[in-house]
Amino acid sequence: MPQEDVKIPQQSTAGAEPLLRVTGLVKHFPITKGMLRRQVGAVQAVDGIDLQVAAGQTLGVVGESGCGKSTMGRLITRLLEPTGGKIEFQGRDITHLSVGEMRPLRRDVQMIFQDPYSSLNPRHTIGTIVGAPFKLQKVATESGVKKEVQNLLELVGLNPEHYNRYPHEFSGGQRQRIGIARALALKPKLVVADEPVSALDVSIQAQVVNLLDDLQSELGLTYVIIAHDLSVIRHVSDRIAVMYLGKVVEVADREALYGQPMHPYTNALLSAVPVPDPKRRTARQRILLTGDVPSPINPPSGCRFHTRCWKATEVCSTQEPPLIALATGHEVACHHPENAPAKAQEKNAQGKGAENGPAIGNQPTDL
Amino acid sequence: MSTAGSDPLRKDSDRDPLRKEDGPAPSAGATVGEPVLTARPDTAEAFLAVRDLKIHFNTDDGLVRSVDGISFDLQRGRTLGIVGESGSGKSVTSLGIMGLHRTAKARISGEVWLDGEELIGADPDRVRRLRGMKMAMIFQDPLSAMHPYYTVGAQIVEACRVHQDVSKQVARKRAIEMLDRVGIPEPHQRVADYPHQFSGGMRQRAMIAMALVNNPELLIADEPTTALDVTVQAQILDLIRDLQKEFGSAVIMITHDLGVVAELADDLLVMYAGRCVERGTAEKVFTEPQHPYTWGLLGSMPRMDRERTERLNPVKGAPPSLINVPSGCAFHPRCPYVGLNGGSSETIVPELRETAAGHWSACHLGEQDRDRIWTEEIAPKL
Repeated sequence: MPQEDVKIPQQSTAGAEPLLRVTGLVKHFPITKGMLRRQVGAVQAVDGIDLQVAAGQTLGVVGESGCGKSTMGRLITRLLEPTGGKIEFQGRDITHLSVGEMRPLRRDVQMIFQDPYSSLNPRHTIGTIVGAPFKLQKVATESGVKKEVQNLLELVGLNPEHYNRYPHEFSGGQRQRIGIARALALKPKLVVADEPVSALDVSIQAQVVNLLDDLQSELGLTYVIIAHDLSVIRHVSDRIAVMYLGKVVEVADREALYGQPMHPYTNALLSAVPVPDPKRRTARQRILLTGDVPSPINPPSGCRFHTRCWKATEVCSTQEPPLIALATGHEVACHHPENAPAKAQEKNAQGKGAENGPAIGNQPTDL
Repeated sequence: MSTAGSDPLRKDSDRDPLRKEDGPAPSAGATVGEPVLTARPDTAEAFLAVRDLKIHFNTDDGLVRSVDGISFDLQRGRTLGIVGESGSGKSVTSLGIMGLHRTAKARISGEVWLDGEELIGADPDRVRRLRGMKMAMIFQDPLSAMHPYYTVGAQIVEACRVHQDVSKQVARKRAIEMLDRVGIPEPHQRVADYPHQFSGGMRQRAMIAMALVNNPELLIADEPTTALDVTVQAQILDLIRDLQKEFGSAVIMITHDLGVVAELADDLLVMYAGRCVERGTAEKVFTEPQHPYTWGLLGSMPRMDRERTERLNPVKGAPPSLINVPSGCAFHPRCPYVGLNGGSSETIVPELRETAAGHWSACHLGEQDRDRIWTEEIAPKL
């Protein structure tokens, strides 16, 4: 890829120490009942996920609402306390660090929030908001906080003279830029962006996507971008993880995931994306998933996708498929993967026409 | 007798603020080259004909020109997609057609002809009778569009019984049929559920069932899938397409997602700052877009069906305030090609002209410039 001159090539993920490594991460939110707050169940929001993010890369996380992608974002930034598993940042275990112990690390791990309206304090000026990280972390700046903040505002494409304005004086896109400036203030290593553009208009969305892209190459940032929009994720990510009901079902490099998706769920997701080309409308075949995502309080046994999967067999309802890493860097958790290399191919040739869905929705020429 | 006497009175008082607006509007339109299609549409031809529809709101900050002269035709069995960013006036247009604006607050002028009947100047009671019967609407957020205190079934039954003289039992049977038709599992049980017991996708299905219970001939869907996940969105879009085939209704699809309109729409209308900047068949607008704003919209979208581009090509800047709409072409502050028009963009509102058969665009760019920019600069980057 010619564009990745500053980014670390994919293949090195296995060798080099990743910036962030997540193993078996679990978050269950207890459901309590009665006066004694007895626990009667748990929302299994995140239920054992393994991920790695290499420095300088962008990991995209996609999935339907309720699949636990936002919870995962909040766990790796340690805004939530994990129930189990391990989070390592630069080789250091940060899973159960206290708030005080986390504080120095907050310089390196920052978050961009989805809603630019609720994530900025309406009573503070932009200068105070973007300058807060310096104050909280007691970071001395050479030319004073104000100058630094104005530089940041300029970096994200805002007028530095707007230092004394309040959030309500800005549009949605500008507010999102303020949120980005605040996240970048202390030059973090890892930025977790939870649906950074979904609240914005199409043209503004593209501006913010371009901005995130520029900042990455300028400052060498590592991103974890959480989104539900598969076309945005394809544009911004080097590597993509697909989540379903608290589990990662497939992880692969961008080209591999969109070109040869292996998990049936990924196939279904990709085929459902509307394509802005009226001519394709008649030629396309969609894989229509039936029903809704099951409840994470009582997830299906075995493979969690088996209730909606057209390839499901008995083994799917009893045995949970592990996330298997293939030589190609593709990881998939499925008993009957599609587009599988000859070695992993199982007796799954009884395709029902839906097999060719992804090939139509996303032609091989895309690669 | 008395009702007949009071009706025009009420109409007059309702229309009073509009009358004032009516006066200056045409003259102002004439000076800026307002697109006037035909004074009186051939109503035998178009099922829905909208002519120079203007919807303005008086606010403390000034007059908000949400919709500023929109005209289009729509036939039975066809789908019109209206696209634009938030604040471009797409939803206000649809509410205007449905007669859902409060006449005290909104100044509405222009004409809306539905099957040969003019709606803007019509008696509100008459419009109320048509609404839900002949024209129906699917709203974006079904949770706030449905009443939380009544069961889904009761709300569909109400919609049915308001317009049709049927017994409760018959209406309930019809409600169950409709829920079944839109793909709600076990409709016999679910009909007694409250909206909060439905998932987002099912709620939207129930909304569609409610809208279609009286077989409306015009269906307006205002961002029907924006709140939904892609897999559910695909289900809902398929459902709307199937139902349209079955009932042969005319559909207006309002959305900001060009992918969604490409799936459904036969014709496309691109709105910017309350005006139509481009109109044509969906295929024409997608393959040979003519307005720089449409180029910008297409360039803003990362596309799954093409090779991944290094950078997106968005429109610079942000949509204008509708209180201070920029002079001349409202798009000129964001348009990269203003310089090519010798300054006319800043002063003269471009007319919506038919540039090719069935394709209208409101832009000052000369034909040669436009074709050159499209083929050389825009198309290769999309």
